[in-house]
Amino acid sequence: MSEMDTLDPESRMRRLSRRSFLWGGAALAGAYAGWQWLINRRPDGGVPWPLRRTLEMNEQLNRDYFQPARLSTVYPVSAAGEPRRNGDIGMEEELDPGAWALKVEGVAGAPGPITLRMDAIRSLPKVDVVTELRCIEGWSQVVHWSGARLSDFIAKHPPVTQSGNPARVDRPDDMPEYVGLATPDGGYYVGLDMPAALHPQTLLCYEMNGQPLTADHGAPLRLVIPVRYGVKNIKRIGTIRYVQQRPPDYWAEQGYDWYAGL
Amino acid sequence: MKRLEKKHPLAIRWFHWINFPVLMVMIWSGLLIYWANDVYRIGFGDRTLLKFFPDWFYARLQVDHKLAMGMAFHFLFMWLFAINGLLYVIYTGMSGEWRYLLPNRGTLREAAQVVLHDLHLSKARLPRRKFNGAQQIAYTSIILMGAGSLATGLAIYKPVQFGWVATLLGGYMMARFLHFWLTVGYCLFFVVHVAQVMRAGWNNFRAMITGYELADEELPELPAEAIVAGATVQEAAR
Repeated sequence: MSEMDTLDPESRMRRLSRRSFLWGGAALAGAYAGWQWLINRRPDGGVPWPLRRTLEMNEQLNRDYFQPARLSTVYPVSAAGEPRRNGDIGMEEELDPGAWALKVEGVAGAPGPITLRMDAIRSLPKVDVVTELRCIEGWSQVVHWSGARLSDFIAKHPPVTQSGNPARVDRPDDMPEYVGLATPDGGYYVGLDMPAALHPQTLLCYEMNGQPLTADHGAPLRLVIPVRYGVKNIKRIGTIRYVQQRPPDYWAEQGYDWYAGL
Repeated sequence: MKRLEKKHPLAIRWFHWINFPVLMVMIWSGLLIYWANDVYRIGFGDRTLLKFFPDWFYARLQVDHKLAMGMAFHFLFMWLFAINGLLYVIYTGMSGEWRYLLPNRGTLREAAQVVLHDLHLSKARLPRRKFNGAQQIAYTSIILMGAGSLATGLAIYKPVQFGWVATLLGGYMMARFLHFWLTVGYCLFFVVHVAQVMRAGWNNFRAMITGYELADEELPELPAEAIVAGATVQEAAR
């Protein structure tokens, strides 16, 4: 029989309490110290680095789980409306439609960047997607988008592959890992992993709700990528780069998740 | 003469006390996120009785303009919340503790009596059992709400990859709406829970830390199966 069992209940309770409350105090101190440690870490892209590492870990899980066959829910055209215009970063200067050209870097067989005009996009099959544009702020809007599939564009202007064989859109693992896009002035820029770029609902879009894109919504050419938050749907595309290194991303530098996958 | 009565297993005490700060961080970071699109309110037509949230509320808690920070915290602590909750459910299932928790046929009537008693509208004695009917309903609901938060959260987090979850919940925006109101539910639960714990007193609160309660010798605890309503239970047991 231990000493504990010989004591009266009140004394035993006191002992139990002392032990438990000491544990509780230690746990409380530990939690406080852990929290202080977390919030005081060196920032990486606008958030303490353990949070950045967690976003990246989540990204790895999401990339493993990602299936190109999973589509963003589509709606009838009648459900479509005009999305809020949430920013004009990289579009502060007025667009000169005559001067616009699309620069593509990393194209197989080309010694340097190639330059394309709108007819190069319009000559690709035109695809309509009516689906939600989901803003990272939390609102969403069904929009009717029309344009060319980015995957068709990539097939037409394929990147240099890792194996050296011709690129195939059904073999993203042989392609450069990323696609970077930027406005003509370089003021806004986004990065995508290749599987997201090749998703069948990812469009180089030139029409919104049956009308040519307006300057506010990214004329003459914008990205529509329903498997990503709105921040990745870059307006007024000036450059497309096929790259092996993770491209910079405007909002990821301000504390947001680089992947931003839905 | 008093005696020591085992009340809450160690594992459940840890799950409970870990969940408290984790859920607090989830609600706080959720507020940082919600601020960026704060559309919910209570009202009829154009008349708003209560806007979620008034400007002074944001200013006071300093939760404005921190969307990115909110998301980063939310997507770390979601793992802790989910894992802790999952372990709790597994433990409760395997240990048999669920028997004290799960409502059954008599629960609703008993819960009504408890509410009447607590509002001083009835003098009937409360069942002396680990959890009375009102507690069973409240604690089972809060677990289901946790599961609801995980499901609606997943639908908002990955509305395409987990599109079927979003569809089941009535769509992406509906999932966000439910996610928000579940959180309001936690806050209401918290207020009632803390008030009840304060009313129940030190002995009851201490049991959530030490695991034991000091009980009167002459009143043996009723077996959990003997769930009949109110004072008649006591009579039946004698």
